[in-house]
Amino acid sequence: MVGICFYFQVHQPWRMRQYSVFEVGNNSNYFDEEKNREIALKVARKCYLPMNKLLLSLIERLDGKFKISFSVTGTALDQFEEYCPEVIESFKKLAKTGCVEFLAETYYHSLSVLESKEEFKEQVTLHRKRIKDLFGVTPTVFRNTELIFNNDIAHTIEELGYKAILAEGADHILGWRSPNFLYRPHTCEKIKLLLKNYKLSDDVAFRFSNKGWEEHPLTCEKYTKWINSVNGNGDVINLFMDYETFGEHQWEDTGIFKFMEALPFEVLKHPDNYFITPSEEAEKYEVRDVLDIHNTMSWADVERDLSAWLGNRIQNNAIKELFSIEKLVKKTKDKKIIESWRRLTTSDHLYYMCTKWFADGDVHKYFNPYDSPYDSFINFMNVINDIRIRCNDILKKDTSKTAVKGTIEAKA
Amino acid sequence: MKVLMFGWEFPPFNKGGLGTACLGLTKGLAHNDVDVTFVIPKAPRGIQAKHGHVKLMIANNVKGVGYKGHVEFEEMRTLLAPYMSEEEYLKKYAITRATGITEVDDDGDEEVYGKDMYAEIVRYANKATLIARNTEYDIIHAHDWMTYKAGIAAKSISGKPLVVHIHATEFDRGGGNGVNQKVYDIEREGFHAADKIIAVSQLTKNTVVYHYGVPEEKVQVVHNAVEFNEKEVSHESRISETDKIVLFLGRLTLQKGPDYFVEAAAKVLEKEPNTTFVIAGDGDMEHYIINKCADLDISNKVLFTGFLRGDDIDKAYSMADLYVMPSVSEPFGITPLEALRNGTPILISKQSGVSEVVSHALKCDFWDINQMANQMLAVIQYPSLQADLTENGLNEVMGFSWNTAAANCVSVYNSVLSTR
Repeated sequence: MVGICFYFQVHQPWRMRQYSVFEVGNNSNYFDEEKNREIALKVARKCYLPMNKLLLSLIERLDGKFKISFSVTGTALDQFEEYCPEVIESFKKLAKTGCVEFLAETYYHSLSVLESKEEFKEQVTLHRKRIKDLFGVTPTVFRNTELIFNNDIAHTIEELGYKAILAEGADHILGWRSPNFLYRPHTCEKIKLLLKNYKLSDDVAFRFSNKGWEEHPLTCEKYTKWINSVNGNGDVINLFMDYETFGEHQWEDTGIFKFMEALPFEVLKHPDNYFITPSEEAEKYEVRDVLDIHNTMSWADVERDLSAWLGNRIQNNAIKELFSIEKLVKKTKDKKIIESWRRLTTSDHLYYMCTKWFADGDVHKYFNPYDSPYDSFINFMNVINDIRIRCNDILKKDTSKTAVKGTIEAKA
Repeated sequence: MKVLMFGWEFPPFNKGGLGTACLGLTKGLAHNDVDVTFVIPKAPRGIQAKHGHVKLMIANNVKGVGYKGHVEFEEMRTLLAPYMSEEEYLKKYAITRATGITEVDDDGDEEVYGKDMYAEIVRYANKATLIARNTEYDIIHAHDWMTYKAGIAAKSISGKPLVVHIHATEFDRGGGNGVNQKVYDIEREGFHAADKIIAVSQLTKNTVVYHYGVPEEKVQVVHNAVEFNEKEVSHESRISETDKIVLFLGRLTLQKGPDYFVEAAAKVLEKEPNTTFVIAGDGDMEHYIINKCADLDISNKVLFTGFLRGDDIDKAYSMADLYVMPSVSEPFGITPLEALRNGTPILISKQSGVSEVVSHALKCDFWDINQMANQMLAVIQYPSLQADLTENGLNEVMGFSWNTAAANCVSVYNSVLSTR
């Protein structure tokens, strides 16, 4: 018996506008309203709405036999609320079916686990509450930003009470093992590790429309044959991908929607295949082995490590600078400043500063709203400086207020 | 394959990028096993004083350094020099008349220079036919407008195909202030008489196609490159212990945007007073720029070095924390590549050919002084940014080779020869 688990990541960052050093101290408008709205509406039209509709229809037609899971970031939900609330409505419909699981992650899709455990826990709590408020469910399975994972992170998540955690089925931690079983990180006692089958996931997410790929075109029949061959060799097949695969990374005219529409039927033809959610996996299957993940890994790029976000000096400078004002920001208790600062913790901002293959005009560049990683860095640092100034202004006012109060009391 | 090339003085006797490009290309062609007869202009004795005797120095240097006997030089006495204006020519002409020094050419006849720049260009072209008649070659390659007539003359004498190379057009030199009709006409004549045109960037190609009525297929882009010498990158020479150094190195003329540099400098100094701006070069805007600095009240933070050559150029790059090229219209721009080679990060105008090929650089529109200052300040304030730009830029520039540019020229030669 093989459980096929679809997990879709839904995320949008709050993109920043060009913010020059001359605006520092003068302008607290950091985010590009127009661009964020434009992108939200575009992706809603090309991906979220049509795909949610399709999945809903599949769930209804297959009468509970088709199950899926999502993780939706807080920053995405906030933007949907502001720009396209119908997207939230469509996720609510999916939630009501009982066949859709929602996972937990950091509200702001951040790397906070690497810099501030305290901030990390706060963001996880905020996210859990948001999911509960909107969809009426409490997540029990966790996925960290970009599936960034190591022994230490595993331990932290277990402490927070989650039953299972997702990670990349990277060769360098699996060795000879297969991602189609459950494992446990050696720093943990109870939590279960669900590993992405990157071959089958990326066949759909990356290679689907690549005419140079020897398996192109990918038909349902062919893909299902590969799925079937896992039977007897695995408990589960974890198909983890970015939701924008459907309609954005792979455009509609590649046939991706038609592929997904026919796939569940094709898969279920085989009596040993069924669809499963992450928490059901954790419930049903035992772990087969213990794994040691002492080097941090992720699901990004070929290296599957942290180099996309922390591979150069400017990225490291940026993250350290950002978290150096965490205490200052929280001390102000100013909701707007705290929200702005938290939006800056979104991993995308560091991703835009990646210089790895910049000269080759690669995928990083395509999604970058700025001209260059260097301009991204300059904007980011300028904004941090403005936040710092605003915090200091507020705290100065507070101390002078209490000083005055003191004098009045003394007089009285 | 043999090429008859009409070019310009090599470094260190050159002024501006034309000579640098000619040297690089010639070496690259030799590397690609192409034989070059290089027609090099030689200034008459009375005029030479500043730049020294061309033939001995160049021939010795060049023949020794890996040319494998592929390059031969033919001298042609002329008053012409790149970037020269009509007025400058007339001044030089007046000197030759005044000194009364007569030179004789190979036939024993007295050299009589053209009475103005355009007459000299025609005379140069006529003398070129002598060389063209007595040399063997498959193709003619002429660099920039002053040599186009010579190239055309050589073509008509020999029947061999002509490739003209455009490093800068009148539109670039004018910087938006209109063009000299006589020069434009010569450029246009060259473009139309040539079998193929090589442009140093897409930007330049667009200018040629748009302004000169040339069909798009006739123009091939071959980006310039940069030379690598075995000299080590040294950061010893510091001119200030406290200040960061921002460098402008180029001709002080409209096209190069020195006024934008200075305005951005003023903005930077408001926020970071511990910055020194170095302006290396001379030109017609020199006085204007000095006065502008005074007006902006930044004179004490701006150093003028005058015209630099040779090792001094590398030293200038090495001691800088940032090299800025704010050109209004730069057909290519080799100097940023030289800066990167010396371990200095660069900020370049988007209105330049080099910005088409370099990724690890800060780029801005030349007129956007706020952004220019914003980027300058970031390099000054964030060592991480300076370090990443430097390291990545250096790695990137290693891939820019004159051998590749020369190979691309050879492809152009082949495409011309194959259609005959």
